[in-house]
Amino acid sequence: MIELESITKVYRAGRMEVSALRGISCRIEDGEMVSIMGPSGSGKSTLMNIIGCLDKPTSGKYLFDGVEVSKLSDNKLAEIRNRKIGFVFQSFNLLPRTTALANVELPLIYGGSGSHRQRALQALESVGLAHRAKHKPSELAGGEQQRVAIARALINNPSLILADEPTGNLDTQTSRGIMLLFKQLNQQGMTIVLVTHESDIVAYTQRTIKIRDGRIEALE
Amino acid sequence: MKLWDCFATALQTIFSHKLRSGLTMLGILIGVAAVISMVSLVRSEQAMVRESLESLGANLIFVTPGTTGAGHGIGGAFASTSTLTLEDAEAIASDARSVSMVAPVTQSTTEVIAGGENVGCLTLGVTVEYQYVRNFETEQGNFISGQDYMRSARVVVLGNELAETLFGQMSPLGQRIRINGRQFEVIGVLKRKGEAFGTEDQAAMVPLSTAQAVLSSERAGGSGHVIQAIAIQAKSRDAIGSAQWEISDILRQRHHIGPEGEDDFRVISMGDIARTADQMYAIGELIMAAIAGISLLVGGIGIMNIMLVSVTERTREIGLRKAVGAKRRDILTQFLTEAAVLSLCGGAVGVALGWVIIKVSAGVLANMGFPFPAILPGDVVALAVGVAICVGLTSGLYPAIRAARLDPIESLRHE
Repeated sequence: MIELESITKVYRAGRMEVSALRGISCRIEDGEMVSIMGPSGSGKSTLMNIIGCLDKPTSGKYLFDGVEVSKLSDNKLAEIRNRKIGFVFQSFNLLPRTTALANVELPLIYGGSGSHRQRALQALESVGLAHRAKHKPSELAGGEQQRVAIARALINNPSLILADEPTGNLDTQTSRGIMLLFKQLNQQGMTIVLVTHESDIVAYTQRTIKIRDGRIEALE
Repeated sequence: MKLWDCFATALQTIFSHKLRSGLTMLGILIGVAAVISMVSLVRSEQAMVRESLESLGANLIFVTPGTTGAGHGIGGAFASTSTLTLEDAEAIASDARSVSMVAPVTQSTTEVIAGGENVGCLTLGVTVEYQYVRNFETEQGNFISGQDYMRSARVVVLGNELAETLFGQMSPLGQRIRINGRQFEVIGVLKRKGEAFGTEDQAAMVPLSTAQAVLSSERAGGSGHVIQAIAIQAKSRDAIGSAQWEISDILRQRHHIGPEGEDDFRVISMGDIARTADQMYAIGELIMAAIAGISLLVGGIGIMNIMLVSVTERTREIGLRKAVGAKRRDILTQFLTEAAVLSLCGGAVGVALGWVIIKVSAGVLANMGFPFPAILPGDVVALAVGVAICVGLTSGLYPAIRAARLDPIESLRHE
């Protein structure tokens, strides 16, 4: 599913060069549920952006679903994000003043298939929120908002769900519910990559990639 | 991304920020309403003036004494010392080929007494032809006839307003009035002529021969009977130009003016006046449109301003849209569509508001006694709405490009 080979990423800020990633190589197989851990500044966000095709590596090779993506154009990357990757963010990133249903539909309008009420409703049903379809994010609890975001990630039937601190803004009880939902999706065959720094979250995953100073510290 | 989704997204954003969208539209709205109502009002006035010019008489040419540029108005005060004579008029009638009818006119300021009323007014001495040349219609009774002229009859035809001043609701027909102390019998009342050139509405008309016999004290030194104006009808609209030349030639010859000499009379056609008026209104329309255009420009700047704020405010939204697969093109289209829809809505409401302004103005003017036609000028509506959309797109372009260029990672982190 994911093959990273000697991935480096250098940011330039004026004359300063900052190496965020210093040669990362690893594989994530189809149907795995993996967590990426590391302290802040370790480069885990950069790694996540590259895995999520939001950013391109400075050097190295990245095969996603058998496709070399490190050299693709911005438009091609946008297509891959749209069809094959579902994003879940710490702060949910739902469109305010827009119903849960319309939020879930959002990726569909960029996929060229046009909006599709029925599919969006099914996706909401799969996260147990069909009854809240007409509500706006401000009318939903934190856990419900994150479920809507997960439904949005699922709508295009992606190969990979990429979650960046998905429980960072939620209490312990709600976090458990969300993690169980991820677990359930994984059992249905979905590949899931979680970025986190909480060890209780790591407990739900089969494997952890630990990162420090832009290098892999440990593969567990 | 499909076109319909573009529109749906734009409409949704516009409706979810009602106040902001309304304020953004306001500039365009006012601009369009201003363009439409201003131009419409100028055009209505122009149409009205043209109509009253035509009602003065078809293919009408006026000859008045005085040098070119002396600045006498039509139907206003004619020159005090007149160089025109009845014989000049007769010469024009017999020699000018492009002329179909000639009506000499004398004019004097008189005091008119009827019953207890005593008013000062203009009394014109006219011939039968004057009625046809000036396109007069009588409301009651008849105009001065050839017989009246030949007999120098003491009869008078009253302008509409003068009749009302003197007699109120009573019919003036057959009544006797005194003009400068002489008794006259009222034989007719003219129809109201209109607002713009209403001098005749307040004048009295008597046979030219009577006027010369009893009202005028002037005599030209041996050269003939002095008159104050000649109203002439050209044979056709196309003949007006040649008629003017012929009249000039005849008068210069009769007044012994050499090739270098300056005319001692003026020849003005209604066409000249209509053309001058048209030019004035075209300039007026242009100025109005320019002023209104400036408000459209200001409206455009308003759209750009608010769109820029909106892009900054919605950075996270843009980041998210990009993360879930929006391309640069999609974001660009979204913001441009928003700008276009905003300005189109503003334009549409502006047209409606403009129409209301036109209607209300027409109503107010009608109440004040000016029957004003309410016209919605189609070409201006199309132009104003088209310009509004262009302004919207142009001013939306820069914010849209900024939005499209945003980096998704940065945008998602934006607070």
